[in-house]
Amino acid sequence: MAEPILSARDFHVRFATPDGEVHAVRNVSFDVQPGECLGVVGESGSGKSQLFLAALGLLAANGRTAGGMLYRGQDLTKLAARDLNRIRGARITMIFQDPLTSLTPHMQIGAQIVEALRAHRKMTRAEAVRGAIESLELVRIPEARRRMRQYPHELSGGMRQRVMIAMATACGPDLLIADEPTTALDVTVQAQILDIMRDLKTKLKTSIVLISHDMGVIAAMADRVQVMRHGEFVESGTVNEVFYAPRHEYTRMLLDAIPRLDAPAGPVDAPRDGSAGHRTLLDVRDLKVHFPIRVEGWIPRYKALRAVDGVSFTLGEGETLGVVGESGCGKSTLARAVLALLPSTAGVVLWCGQELGQADREALRRLRKDIQIVFQDPLASLDPRMTIGQSIAEPLRALVPDLGRETVVARVRESMLRVGLDPAWINRYPHELSGGQNQRVGIARAMIVEPKLVVCDEAVSALDVSIQAQIVDLILSLQQRFAMSMIFVSHDLAVVRRVSHRVMVLYLGRIVEIADRDAIYKDPRHPYTRALISAVLLPDPAKSRVRLRAPLPAELPSPIDTRSALAYLPSKRIDDPDAVQYVPRLIEVGPGHLVAEHDPQ
Amino acid sequence: MTPVLPAERAGLVESAATVRGRSLWVDARRRLMRNKAAVASMIVLGSVTLLAVFAPLFSPYDFDAIDFSLVQCAPAWWPDDSVLCRADGAHWFGMDAVGRDLFVRTLYGARVSLAVGLVATCVSLLIGIAYGATAGYLGGSVDNLMMRFVDILYSLPFIFFVIILMVIFDRNFILLFVAIGAVEWLTMARIVRGQTLSVKEQEFIEAARAAGVGPWGIISRHVIPNVVGPVIVYVTLTIPAVILAESFLSFLGLGIREPMTSWGVLIAEGANSLQTSPWTLIFPATFMAVTLFCFNFIGDGLRDALDPKDR
Repeated sequence: MAEPILSARDFHVRFATPDGEVHAVRNVSFDVQPGECLGVVGESGSGKSQLFLAALGLLAANGRTAGGMLYRGQDLTKLAARDLNRIRGARITMIFQDPLTSLTPHMQIGAQIVEALRAHRKMTRAEAVRGAIESLELVRIPEARRRMRQYPHELSGGMRQRVMIAMATACGPDLLIADEPTTALDVTVQAQILDIMRDLKTKLKTSIVLISHDMGVIAAMADRVQVMRHGEFVESGTVNEVFYAPRHEYTRMLLDAIPRLDAPAGPVDAPRDGSAGHRTLLDVRDLKVHFPIRVEGWIPRYKALRAVDGVSFTLGEGETLGVVGESGCGKSTLARAVLALLPSTAGVVLWCGQELGQADREALRRLRKDIQIVFQDPLASLDPRMTIGQSIAEPLRALVPDLGRETVVARVRESMLRVGLDPAWINRYPHELSGGQNQRVGIARAMIVEPKLVVCDEAVSALDVSIQAQIVDLILSLQQRFAMSMIFVSHDLAVVRRVSHRVMVLYLGRIVEIADRDAIYKDPRHPYTRALISAVLLPDPAKSRVRLRAPLPAELPSPIDTRSALAYLPSKRIDDPDAVQYVPRLIEVGPGHLVAEHDPQ
Repeated sequence: MTPVLPAERAGLVESAATVRGRSLWVDARRRLMRNKAAVASMIVLGSVTLLAVFAPLFSPYDFDAIDFSLVQCAPAWWPDDSVLCRADGAHWFGMDAVGRDLFVRTLYGARVSLAVGLVATCVSLLIGIAYGATAGYLGGSVDNLMMRFVDILYSLPFIFFVIILMVIFDRNFILLFVAIGAVEWLTMARIVRGQTLSVKEQEFIEAARAAGVGPWGIISRHVIPNVVGPVIVYVTLTIPAVILAESFLSFLGLGIREPMTSWGVLIAEGANSLQTSPWTLIFPATFMAVTLFCFNFIGDGLRDALDPKDR
């Protein structure tokens, strides 16, 4: 076997904190061979990022390392800063999760790549510019020459991550360390980025270390896999060994916890008997939420950002409607408009026949008792200065003000028990709890008034897979017990399939397809739905290496430009960014299966 | 069939003892207590305050009792021999230009200066928080209107404002508090508003709205507790600013009226007789400088302790 590019020997990372020493990485050894992709998978807090930050000498000031980290035989931990800088950024490069924070905001992207090339490769200006364009073309950035002059904020997330990759590979590194490179991106963009990275690996023969929490990403990319937990490697092997014959129970648990699109869907309890008549709780008709966006110019002009642009649906008692779509499709805005947290521009939201937009303050209060929301970020949605007991009690105190203190505390304790929290923790603060526990607090808060409808806005997206599975189970069991309806907003198609009766796909504020769960996943009709489903990565190396099947516009277009709404119906498009465009109709293709008009592809 | 909930499955039952949480305040206090400069400052400041409150009670001299035989006499222990005369050992800080005991006067000055500092700061705090949080939370045109009003007040020259007040209403102890407080709240309101704007965007505010909490409930229960951190830091820095402002006014002869005194008055008098009796400047000036230092160190320590990045 050839000499490894990077090898760690009994490597440790420790942090000195006021609460004592944290042993973040324990006794880790691995080799990265030339031209291979090593996947490092683990949940948050497993030490996977710290391991590689430490390898490059990028630890926070309170961190220390022990053991060896050899780059072609040279111990990186013992190198002087000057020598390390010669390797870092040229021979070993790193890309991070958030490309906006790792690009310098005030420099044109071309200049940033040129700078790196000139510093590390001693190129002349002209050579460096040529090199920069080449590397941008390599990551399939259209019109690379023109984009050299753009600033990072002018690019979308996917484009920025491509620029980061171009920058990281421009100097021809031996090793590329990618830390969650696609976690912040939409599935379709993720599929494109992974495709580019696979390409680079074969073209440039660069070794890649891919750090991810996502088994699907690892399955799609890695040759060998290290599974990390609590700072230790618990399992290592080739990608096929780890995915098809996992030996360690933690690996098995991780694999089992992932909802898979290729597995049988798993039962979702039918809406409870008695309500089988499907009493309609929520009836949304042609809802529009537009935000005025100020357009540059001497005289300020306002254009409408059509976040939600004519959405109609109904929701029955005990039913769960999944809402999927990529970032910017208006799914969160829709959820907030239904809750009357945002004013709607047009359209009607009827709750049990009563119109929400007309509700006065008192009516709105009664309504809030019926409709509650669970947010995405469990920590951010809890007031850091309040105990979790106070947070959970809040809806009760606001909506049922005449309850006595004792009753409130009793209800809070009951509610905590219901979501699997020890009521003894009633006086704890959010920062003392884990993400999963905080999300239970969020659910307890929503459930304490026993609402008829709970809106889950990406409620499990910020959680680790194992916790995610527990929270999904919790939500499902609560739903069954209290016969509540749900609107489950998520970008994760697999989770939505697990919980929903019906699924609605949004694209730029409009419904492109809505159908029963099985119909939409087995027989997607709209090209966008198909693209979304085919872009989902399966935690299965053989299945996830096929390319993105359905074509997609490279970028999610601007929602201010009225043309972009007709991306799938170009034949009816008027070529003027401000024109009033044709509104695609929804066509019924099966019982309850509506698809937006689109050109055949 | 009733589904089994996770809590029941795990046999999770109510524990006997309720766990006490560790709030962010407790954390911040622990960090503050580790800051040696801040702790030392708190001890010094506490001593100065205790001295100011209690020591004059036990002193045999009154702050306004004049002893003509001891005009401008140095303390007994004064090392320089070229002084006019020496007071006896009980006049620790010597005598001032009209023959009053400087020790008692310095501590009376401390009372006044600290009281002005605290009261004026509290006034500015109350107005500033209420005003700033309201403007920040309501936002839009209300915010615009309220903050432009602040801008207008800002543009009025502070000293003229106070001089005019003093001239119209005569020199008045209460008026001094009001005048200084009325100026200091402007900055406080701006800081609170800025903090409110950033807190308002956070998800827990939206969560509270979804829970049905009204705007005043959100401001009082969620916004204000979360802006208090930076505000406390600013308060500890406002107190010395107010003390300085009072001294400045007194120095100009617009502040406290004789025979009552403050550090500013004492320093003004001391500066006049610096040549012949330097102790009349040195003692009040040292007290004031030490106090201001202490407040600044405490403010610094608080800022470090409350910094959310350190969480």
